[in-house]
Amino acid sequence: MNVLKQLLSDRAASLGAAIILGLVLIAILAPWIAPYPEDVTAFHLSERLQPPSAEHLFGTDRMGSDVFSRILFGARITISIAVIAVGVSVVIGVPIGLVAGYYGGFGGGFLMRTSDVFLAVPQIVLAIAIAQTLGPSVENVILALSLTYWPFWARLVYAETNTLKKQTFVEAAKALGASDYRVMVLHILPNTASAIIVRTSIGMGATILTAAALGFLGLGAPPPTPEWGRTISEAREYLPEAWWYAAAPGLAIFLVVMGFNLLGDGLRDILDPKLRKGSR
Amino acid sequence: MTDIPVPPTLDAPLLTVSDLSVRFPIRGAFGRNLGEIKALDHVSFDLAQGEILGLVGESGCGKSTLGKTLMGIQAPNDGSILFKGQQIAGRTPREARELRRTLQYAYQDPGASLDPRWKIGKSLEEPLIIHTDLPRAERLEKVREILTSVGLPAGHTELFPHEISGGQQRRVGLARILMLNPEVIILDEPTAGLDVSVQATVLRLFHDLRDTFDLTYIFISHDLSVVRLMCHRVAVMYLGRIVEVGPVETLMDSPKHPYTQSLLAAIPRINGPRVTENFWLEGEPADASKLPQGCRFQGRCPHVQPLCRQQDPADKTIGDQTVACHFAGELSPPTAKKRQTA
Amino acid sequence: MSDPLLTVDAISLGFHNGGSFAHILDGANLEMNRGEIMGLVGESGCGKTTLASAILGVLPRSALEIKSGAITFDGVDMVDPACHAQQESIRGRRVTFIPQDPFTSLNPVFTIGQQIEDLMKWKSPRRPLGQSRWPSLLHPYPRARRKIDREKILEMLSLVQLPRPDQLLKKYPHEVSGGQRQRLMIAMALLPEPDLIIADEPTTALDVTIQAQILGLLRGLATDRGVAVMLTTHDLGSAYEICDRITVMYAGQDVEVAPVDEFFNRPSHPYTSKLLASRPEGNGGMMGIPGELPSFYAPPSGCRFQTRCDRATEACQMRPPSNLASPNHIVRCFHPLESTTPATEIPAAVLKESRG
Repeated sequence: MNVLKQLLSDRAASLGAAIILGLVLIAILAPWIAPYPEDVTAFHLSERLQPPSAEHLFGTDRMGSDVFSRILFGARITISIAVIAVGVSVVIGVPIGLVAGYYGGFGGGFLMRTSDVFLAVPQIVLAIAIAQTLGPSVENVILALSLTYWPFWARLVYAETNTLKKQTFVEAAKALGASDYRVMVLHILPNTASAIIVRTSIGMGATILTAAALGFLGLGAPPPTPEWGRTISEAREYLPEAWWYAAAPGLAIFLVVMGFNLLGDGLRDILDPKLRKGSR
Repeated sequence: MTDIPVPPTLDAPLLTVSDLSVRFPIRGAFGRNLGEIKALDHVSFDLAQGEILGLVGESGCGKSTLGKTLMGIQAPNDGSILFKGQQIAGRTPREARELRRTLQYAYQDPGASLDPRWKIGKSLEEPLIIHTDLPRAERLEKVREILTSVGLPAGHTELFPHEISGGQQRRVGLARILMLNPEVIILDEPTAGLDVSVQATVLRLFHDLRDTFDLTYIFISHDLSVVRLMCHRVAVMYLGRIVEVGPVETLMDSPKHPYTQSLLAAIPRINGPRVTENFWLEGEPADASKLPQGCRFQGRCPHVQPLCRQQDPADKTIGDQTVACHFAGELSPPTAKKRQTA
Repeated sequence: MSDPLLTVDAISLGFHNGGSFAHILDGANLEMNRGEIMGLVGESGCGKTTLASAILGVLPRSALEIKSGAITFDGVDMVDPACHAQQESIRGRRVTFIPQDPFTSLNPVFTIGQQIEDLMKWKSPRRPLGQSRWPSLLHPYPRARRKIDREKILEMLSLVQLPRPDQLLKKYPHEVSGGQRQRLMIAMALLPEPDLIIADEPTTALDVTIQAQILGLLRGLATDRGVAVMLTTHDLGSAYEICDRITVMYAGQDVEVAPVDEFFNRPSHPYTSKLLASRPEGNGGMMGIPGELPSFYAPPSGCRFQTRCDRATEACQMRPPSNLASPNHIVRCFHPLESTTPATEIPAAVLKESRG
């Protein structure tokens, strides 16, 4: 409750939250708010590459479809890629970081070195390799992103756990006879929650950017899909004349990534326990 | 001295520690063993039912290590800990935990032992969930009961630790320890960092709790004046060894070990002579990883003799006191010059 | 007496924090004479460290608001920004500082020698006063002065009883113990040959035997050189050990000033007497003071001790004036204690009995 109130008092963070809320609404309501919902698949070659007008807000593409409508539908794909990929990364990364950080030793070291291997290869290169091997599709993009993204969460939770396990309240819980499972899940994990939330918000932005890049390289969904990165890639041939064709999805990516980053920064300011203590 | 309490009987000690040793290896690059720090060196003592045993010494003397070893947070290298006749040193963590249910450890700031994200009620309930099968209603009943006994309103169960003052957090931390009906509580520096006006309140709380719950305390502190007020017996530690043990009044009024003598002399005494003008103890404790042969106090001792450099003194019993000094009972502290009143 | 070295005259200041104002010092007064050792005593949160930082001029400027009052050091206004140049030449040279925590006050990546030499480059008593033409990184350190300074450094290190000073200078801060670091801090505070040393809880982090050594050293060196020392502490014992006079602060106000013997035997302010009675030693037993420090965001008007004082009346809504309990003994209370012994004397037996 308090977090929400503080969030709304931060102008940048509330802008970010508004953008993301708008994105979610658009994704859900796309069939109803899009002026030409059938244009996702349909084409009207007679209306190719028309500039923005009252009829076509962002103009039309090489197939004569309404760019605006396709962008709205693209939000669905973007959101599902981001949510699933980040979700899977969190589910893989958090337990690994928690266990490695809590027990340390050889096992913990092994887990963290494994995540280092993943981190050492540039994320986009690894994703390209995976998408290339498995063939272009939305599912493979999600898989590629999840596999490359979990080490970030593992590292984060590892570091947090390492600090938390030395805190008096954790030691006290152990001295009281609490089991390792209890200490990890009930004491340490909730205390890393704010860091995970912040990282997730910023990570969403980064994931969307990477997904768009993969789409741009032709490794994402196949042609008729209104994926933003793929749309920019199609539009390249018609630049600079049909500038709206590339600018519209570019603007959409820009806005969404900025929204997640603003929200993430805002959340960090609010949830960081050290800052919170200082303001008391 | 009519107010000296009847000393608790040591015939059937609640806790017996004998020859307890903890050594920390010093590792260099590639895990090479560069030596070891003797954090505890053959420490032995008994603790009687209902007693308050003071454990004093300067930082690095091993008093906190001793507390943590008793609790099983630190594993001993050697020696035995008998608690109510049962050996608890060297057990698996799970067994030892069960045996130690009635032995609890209070952190320097008991408030810091509360999870910042848990409501106080939940934190207090946790020990019962871990160790008992009580139904929820009974657990909550017990939480309210204990919370009242440490002087807090039962409504505090719904608050988070940061919503109450530091002093109240301290009380909640103590309440949590009391949930399991402990018999022995190790208080680790419970007054360090407290202002004197608050310290008095905290010490009184310890007294009241002891009377209410029939507790035995091991009171770890560096503040000898607090120890004098609180404890029945005192053990003075220096570099991992107990150098002197005895009833508090005897030990403080006629200390036998030169280190105890210096420690007592270093405390400022208002309206007494200024110790700073004639304090004889020089230098600092030796490096714990490179203890000299012989007595560990030789480097600072004003009475050092050749024998002290050769042989580590054995424990000597003088009256009620046990002293680890070759010349115990023969030494008196260097006399301080009388201060000229300004 | 006629010409005090340092005068803090009814200083009122606080910090803005978000929308609220924390009023830390409320009309605090302090007067120090040349060569005297003054104890500034009070519990945590009484504003003693803030007052010390205000004198040194190291309070964070962004949030600070000085409402009224003045700090004068030997005729120089230490608050007015117009006197910046003069203040700069006083700080670190005529007023030096011994910090509470000897563990964090040296830079871990430079040797002790480098750090002392850097201090002397800027704050040596042999450095001519005045603004430098050089940017600070290029500032020259004349060879002749460096040589004299180095001798002085070695001399000072042996005076604070540090073994083998020339080797110590080559060591890094983590290689020496806490007691030695605090000796080093005393040496560094004395090297610029100041008139006033502000020692902020210099022995709180140290063990009691080391504390006795350090306090003795501080007193001895200060007395020999006629340097005034302001010792802020919460430990009445350390104050008793080395101070000539003691000023007691409570929640940002000075409540009592007295010579040391009079302070401990005839406290006049109710707070002072309760503070003395809270000491675990002596015959006061352990009284404690019920209640908590008032909030700095909404302090009571007038005497700030009124919320915990059993003598408080309507009159205490106003700040009491400085009354003389005896010559040299100032007390700011409308209802000072009349008796010559601590009023709250309780036999030590009371507590002992309950131990049974």
